[in-house]
Amino acid sequence: MIASGRSRLRLRRSINSGMLVLTAVCTLLVVAPLLWILGYVVREGLPALSPEFFTSLPTPVGVAGGGIANALVGSLMTVGLATIIAGPIGILAGMYAASHAESPLGTAIRFSTDIISGVPSIVIGIFAYTIVVLPQRHFSAFSGAVALSFIMLPTIIRTTEEMVRLVPTSLREGALALGAAEWKTSFSVMLPAALNGLLTGVMLAVARAAGEAAPMLFTAFGNPFMNGRFDQPTATLPHLIYVYAVSPYEDWHAKAWATALVLITLVLVLNVTARLFVWWRARKIGALR
Amino acid sequence: MTSGNPTASPSANTRVPWFRRVWAHGDRLYQILLLLASAAVVVLVCAVAYELWANSALSRLAFGWRFLVTTAWDPALTKTFGALPFILGTLITSAIALIVAVPLGVGTAIFLAEVSPDWLSRPLGFLAELLAAVPSVVYGLWGLFVFIPAFVRPLAKMLERGLGFLPLFDGPVYGPSRLAAGLVLAIMVFPTITAVSRDVFRAIPGGQREAAMAMGATRWEMIWKVLIPYGTSGFLGAIILGLGRALGETIAVTMVIGNNLDLTASLLHPGYTMASIIANEFTEATFDLYVHALIEIGLILFGMTLLINLVARLLIWRVSLRSRTEVRA
Repeated sequence: MIASGRSRLRLRRSINSGMLVLTAVCTLLVVAPLLWILGYVVREGLPALSPEFFTSLPTPVGVAGGGIANALVGSLMTVGLATIIAGPIGILAGMYAASHAESPLGTAIRFSTDIISGVPSIVIGIFAYTIVVLPQRHFSAFSGAVALSFIMLPTIIRTTEEMVRLVPTSLREGALALGAAEWKTSFSVMLPAALNGLLTGVMLAVARAAGEAAPMLFTAFGNPFMNGRFDQPTATLPHLIYVYAVSPYEDWHAKAWATALVLITLVLVLNVTARLFVWWRARKIGALR
Repeated sequence: MTSGNPTASPSANTRVPWFRRVWAHGDRLYQILLLLASAAVVVLVCAVAYELWANSALSRLAFGWRFLVTTAWDPALTKTFGALPFILGTLITSAIALIVAVPLGVGTAIFLAEVSPDWLSRPLGFLAELLAAVPSVVYGLWGLFVFIPAFVRPLAKMLERGLGFLPLFDGPVYGPSRLAAGLVLAIMVFPTITAVSRDVFRAIPGGQREAAMAMGATRWEMIWKVLIPYGTSGFLGAIILGLGRALGETIAVTMVIGNNLDLTASLLHPGYTMASIIANEFTEATFDLYVHALIEIGLILFGMTLLINLVARLLIWRVSLRSRTEVRA
């Protein structure tokens, strides 16, 4: 009895260590693609980077040189305008959801936010196409910005709601007790206290929007030239990568890698900064309490 | 909110600068602003549904429900459209993604939440989250030029040699294929499944673990026989959220699936998904019925992801209710 009990225990223990090691292997397999992707993008993209790459327009296939100035400006325009549209709406809706958490509209906001964040970006692209491109009868940077603003909304609303909730209620009560109006309390006490958090949300949203290629296919459409106009089609970084990658030309493939390096650097820097902000804020609030 | 100087006469009121007068109504304005922004968000969801519905009218009238079950996609001659190949393509690639990503993702979540020490799980969790930040088009680029030649093609050749007698693994092997799309999707849904399941593990009360360990369970037995049954609906929620992401993923899939209309059973052949046909043909659609057929595919996709997200939220919400802890999804 005792002997068989011991061997059973040994079996259970070896299953235990075997399975725990297996979970570590899983983790390695999940993290490996990230390193593989980053390594390749840097290796393939770095040689093609040069100052001219950022400042010149694309050249026809076979002509040396050429860059991504048009896509850089186009991404800046579309993402910038999208932030201007989605930022205020998202922050206000997030503040409402935080302060009226139990009300029907508060619940409706949270519910809608969940739904919007689950809608595929290509479907958002179709939506922007039907409400902006169809009536105007032409592709434009503006329609791209509209699509991106819908994609940014859920992230901004959620982080705003979470961050405003983190602000200690004593701050709010203190301001109200001093006779400040509700709106003044919100804008001069709550918002500054939650500012890092709001910036985090906006940064994460910008990072996501900057990488979206699918909705740009039939909104911003792409453009080999640069015009800086919102009513004209424009190239964007992710769309340019797509176009270059599926083309049959070696030269364009090299440029796709270089553009991917630029885009991924931008997106990762935004993400890491956003996380540092959260960490810094958590420390500050910890010190307050 | 009362405002201004209560003793001021009405004539003095005219000398108050305009912004002061507006400020006096600050609270009401602020409430209106809040309400407008909040209503805009809610209206947006309805507007998406309405626009997709209204702009697919031609196709819905012409084909009715048959659109869902017919395979013809002929914009050139007969102008008939059926969405079945794309619906199947989406389901097949998402299924491959889940079969690969669920064990690996949940395994990773177990490692991060229950096994590894804090100093290790923090940076690893951070890396897994960065995986979610990589733009979809970069996955596509990497998939097309690195992952397919280095991994998918050798794997497909092996499958064809070993299991080629099954229609599922019928040759020849090209490279871009449903298998390639499914594997790239698996990598893209890792972060979702890992992050949500990790939060589910963290939401399970410590008493459950202590009780299991006190009864003499090994750590694995505690995880397998106590924690996983306890969080089942949460893990289902994580899987379904991952599925939602896989169904709608567009650019990366369009780049690695090969975009082929032939309806074969083989995973090793190129195919199409709902998202990738829209991405590929939308700007080439030359007549209204064609555009409406593509938008109707978008409508189906919207409906599918809507349903899936609702179910996932419901499941995760149930777990967080049970353990009275917020679960971030």
